[in-house]
Parts: sequence; structure tokens; C-alpha cells
Amino acid sequence: MLDQILQFLITGVTVGSTYALVGLGFAIIYNASGVVNFAQGEFVMIGAMSAVWLLAVGMPFPLALLGAVAITTCVGLALNKFAIEPARGATVITTIIITIGAAIFLRGAALLLWGKDIFALPHFSGEETLYFGSATLLPQNLWVMGVTAVLVIAVRWFFDRTLTGKAILACACNKDAARLMGINVGLMLLVSYGMSAFLGAVAGILVAPIAFTSYDAGIMLGLKGFSAAILGGMGSSMGAVAGGLLLGILESLGAGLISSGYKDAMAFTVVLLVLIMRPSGLFGRKAADRV
Amino acid sequence: MSALHRLHGFLALVVAVALLPVLFPDNYFVTVVGVTIGFNVMLAVALNLFIGFAGQISLGHAAFFGMGAYASAILTTRYGWSPWPAMGVGLVIVYVVALLISRPILKLKGHYLAMATLGFGIIVNIIMVEAVDWTGGPDGMSGIPGLELFGWAVDSDLRWYAVMAVVMLATVLLSLNIIDSRAGRALRAVHGSEVAAQTLGVDTARVKSQVFVLSACLASLAGSLFAHQQNFISPVSFNFFFSIEVVTMVVLGGLASTYGAVFGAIVLTLLPQVLVVFEDYEVLILGTILMSIMIFLPQGLFVGLVRGSTGLLRRLRPAAVATGD
Repeated sequence: MLDQILQFLITGVTVGSTYALVGLGFAIIYNASGVVNFAQGEFVMIGAMSAVWLLAVGMPFPLALLGAVAITTCVGLALNKFAIEPARGATVITTIIITIGAAIFLRGAALLLWGKDIFALPHFSGEETLYFGSATLLPQNLWVMGVTAVLVIAVRWFFDRTLTGKAILACACNKDAARLMGINVGLMLLVSYGMSAFLGAVAGILVAPIAFTSYDAGIMLGLKGFSAAILGGMGSSMGAVAGGLLLGILESLGAGLISSGYKDAMAFTVVLLVLIMRPSGLFGRKAADRV
Repeated sequence: MSALHRLHGFLALVVAVALLPVLFPDNYFVTVVGVTIGFNVMLAVALNLFIGFAGQISLGHAAFFGMGAYASAILTTRYGWSPWPAMGVGLVIVYVVALLISRPILKLKGHYLAMATLGFGIIVNIIMVEAVDWTGGPDGMSGIPGLELFGWAVDSDLRWYAVMAVVMLATVLLSLNIIDSRAGRALRAVHGSEVAAQTLGVDTARVKSQVFVLSACLASLAGSLFAHQQNFISPVSFNFFFSIEVVTMVVLGGLASTYGAVFGAIVLTLLPQVLVVFEDYEVLILGTILMSIMIFLPQGLFVGLVRGSTGLLRRLRPAAVATGD
């Protein structure tokens, strides 16, 4: 029983790491611009699919991965430039619909380019099973957890220690004041969209060898990432990471111990319960309403 | 002035709905797509009460549509009930569920409310897929009987058109009347500022809960009718995407405008039918249209067009407008 739980925990942390990266992307964009970007899941899909595509056209493996991340980051920048920027000042619900429209658009483009097939990337470093106590894991699981940990620390460092990171946080606090301090708010928004797309792409590429990918793989991942960000308290980036890991572990335990068909339902039930008990998320600060 | 003005629009809608099948009795877009439009108009107008007028958000309204449909389907096929009481039971179930979840969920705002309603919709949809013994699982349920009204069997496309036309128009009229009633003013006050509404004596929690429940019950009714009209239902018709589609109808037409919701429902039902000719490009075009309308006409296509044309009229006839009311 305990071994089983250990096994579920390993799966949970792996899945949770991708949710954490997607959730982190949500939080970064939300922090910088107050927009919840429902196209976040599509970044994950585009990252994985373009890596598959670059490999298929004969690019060497590491180069294909880098290329895929670059492509996705450009998509993120374009999204900000052509869909979000022109609609500045729109209401919450309008921006939600715009990003949903963008998600549908990106899915449609992926369908045109790559078709409806399901693809997988090769494992980064072999498929030899490793043993951890009596639980097993693949090298790819370690890649997912390791790279996620590095990225989370890097993002934390970026916001705490660099001038650009602090400038983005300043935009989140008060756009006008930030502009008066000489911060280029538009550029900061662009950077945050780029970062967010970058994180999504990496998540997609990391998990593609285990979880496969297809043109419509982004939707559920996007929703889970949103759940992670909400669970942690929207706007708290480390909260989003914790929320993602928690969600992954809950799901994996639920699937293993109770019922695999209901695993998503259990994840969303927990999110609902948390929202009802603590309306601002697990780590979010209580917001005061402006009247 | 506003009451009369309001009725003008409604009468125009009635005339259009009545004339279409007379002019084009064999047109696929009228008798077949028209019925689907009827369902979507009901859903969009109902959701518009909650999103447009009360200023809340629900990304899970397909759940109520589906609960109505499944209640009707299960009671008629598994227990041999006749459709009308089954529809009533569906309505009661949705009423109770919506009432129970409304209080805790509607305390949330903005993105948190979006998440909660989205989560609720997904949970309900997963139950439809997984509770195979009751719902038939992903394969859905078939053999749902049609409707009969005092011995008049609703058994042709044209007859369904008539039924849906009546129900749809009734929903529109209900929405128009609510908005101009005391309850409607309370709703719009909540939209403007919840705190201000409270200080003026509006029980905002109650108002929000009431409109949510009403909106859910209308969706349930549409769902029951949908089940009897299609004779077959499966969970795909009630998933997250459909919830989004209904929200899109509301926003596309223009928030807080009943006719906007009607317009949005019509456009978004026709669009895929028209885009079918573009085959693989369909999804891409749909996404593009959605994005560009929201970017360039954030107040909605219908409201934008109406404002645009009145603005044009004003420029053409400045004197006439100046002397008007």
C-alpha cells in the first residue's frame, strides 16, 4: 500500500510539474496585465507539436527542442501584439473571450499544419526504468521534475533580483505610476507574454515523451493550469506552483485509489471546495474591493 | 417610450419568426437549423440575464442544459414516464441544485467565479460520461420519445419549428419584462456596483441567486426539449466547449441586450453551417472571427451595429434627432 502511494506520488509530482509551469505562466501574465490568458494551454501544445515537427524535418534533437521553444515564444509575443494590445482597457469578460478566440485560432492552425494524429517525442535520455525503493520511474520523470525546479527558481530569481523583473511587478502594482517612473509598460507586457509562452513550451516538450501530444492537447492542460493558479491564489506565482503540484498529486492519488474516470472531477471538486472555503485561494492575499 | 420601443423590436421578431417557414417551408436553414437556433436563443437569452444584466460570469451553463436533457431522457426511457412530468422533475432538480450552489459560488467574483462555474460544468459533464448505468456513458442515450401536445404529435421539422418558436419567443418576452421590472432594476444595480446596490437596500446575494436559478431553469427547459427533439443525447453536447459557445453568443451579440443575445445565438449557430464549405479552415476562421469582433467591437456585434447605424442617422439628420425626445 505504501509502495503504491509512493508510486502515485511520483506520477503526481510529474504531472503536477507541468500544471505548475502552466499555472506559473497564467500567474505571470495575470500579474503583469490582469488578463487571464485562456490560450495558455495552447502554448503547451504548440511547444510539443513544433518539436515533433522540427524533428520530423530532420533537425537534430537538442536543436529541435530549442527551435520549438523559440517558435512558441514568438507565438506568445504575437498573441500579445495582435490580440491583447489592440484590446487594451476591455472588460474581464471581453478579454476572456478574446483569449478563448485566440486558443481556438491556434488550435485551428495546428490542425491545419499537423493534422489530427497523436504524436510522441523520444525520451530525452533513454527509457530504462529506475527504481526508487519499490516504486519505479523513468528518466523522463526526473527530467520533468528537475527542469521544472530549475525554471521555478529562475522565475523567482528573475522577479526578486533583476531590474526587469521588478519593473514587471511595478506594472502589476500600478501601471500609471510605473510609466511615470520611466518603465516601458508595453515592453514589460511583451516580456511577460514571452516568458509565459516559453514556460508553456518547455512544459509541453518535457511531458510529450510520456503523455503524448495532439492538436487538441492544450485545452485540458490549460484548464488545469488555470486551476493551479486559482488554487494558489491568482497573482501569487509561487502559489501557482504549489497549486499545480497539489493538483497533480491529488489527481494521481484519486485516480489510483478511487477511480481513474473521476480523477478530473475530483481535482475540480477540490478547487471548488477551496474556493468556497477560501475565496482568494490557498496562498492569495485577501483583496480589498475598490468601491 | 421605452415600453413601446421594446415591443416594436419584439413584434418584428415575432413577424420574422412567423414568416420564415411560410416563405421557405422546405429550406434546411429554416426548419432544421432554425430549431437549433431556437434552443441556442433560449440558452443565450437566459445566460444573458446572468452575465449581461447582473454582470456575473458563468462558464458552466451547459451543465444545466445537460441536466434537463438527461433528466428527461432517463425518466422517459428507463422508467417509462411521459415527457411532461419528466420535464417538470428535471426542472425541480435543476432548481434545487442551482439554488444550493448559488449562495457559496456567487460570493466569488471575476476570475474566481469563472473558475468555480467552469469547474462545476466539468464535474457535471464527467458524471454524464462516467455514470454509465444511468446515462449510457460516452455513447449517450437513444430512443428518447418525441413530444405530444393534447394529441398533437410534434413529429416533423416544421412542427418542432413551431414549438421552439413559441418557447423561444416566450423566453425573449420574459427576459424583456424582467429587465424593466423592479427585479431587473435591482439586477442592473448589482451590475453597476454591488456595494452601492446594497446601501440602497437591494439584497444583492438574493438577487444574484435568483437570477442564477432562473437562468439555470430556463437552460434545463431547453435541455429537456432538446432531448425530445433529437431523440438522442450524449455528453459531448453539454461539455465545456458548449458552455463557452453560449457565453460567446451572449458576448458576440452584445452584453446586457436581449436582442443582442438573440442575434449572437443566430450568428453563432449559422456560422459553422456556413463555414463547413471551408472544411479544414473552419476552426481557424471561427477563432479569427471571434477574436476580431471582440477586439474591434468589444460592446458586441449587434449593439455595435445598432449604435453605428443610429450614429450615422444622427449625422445625416442632426435636426430630427435634436428635436426628438
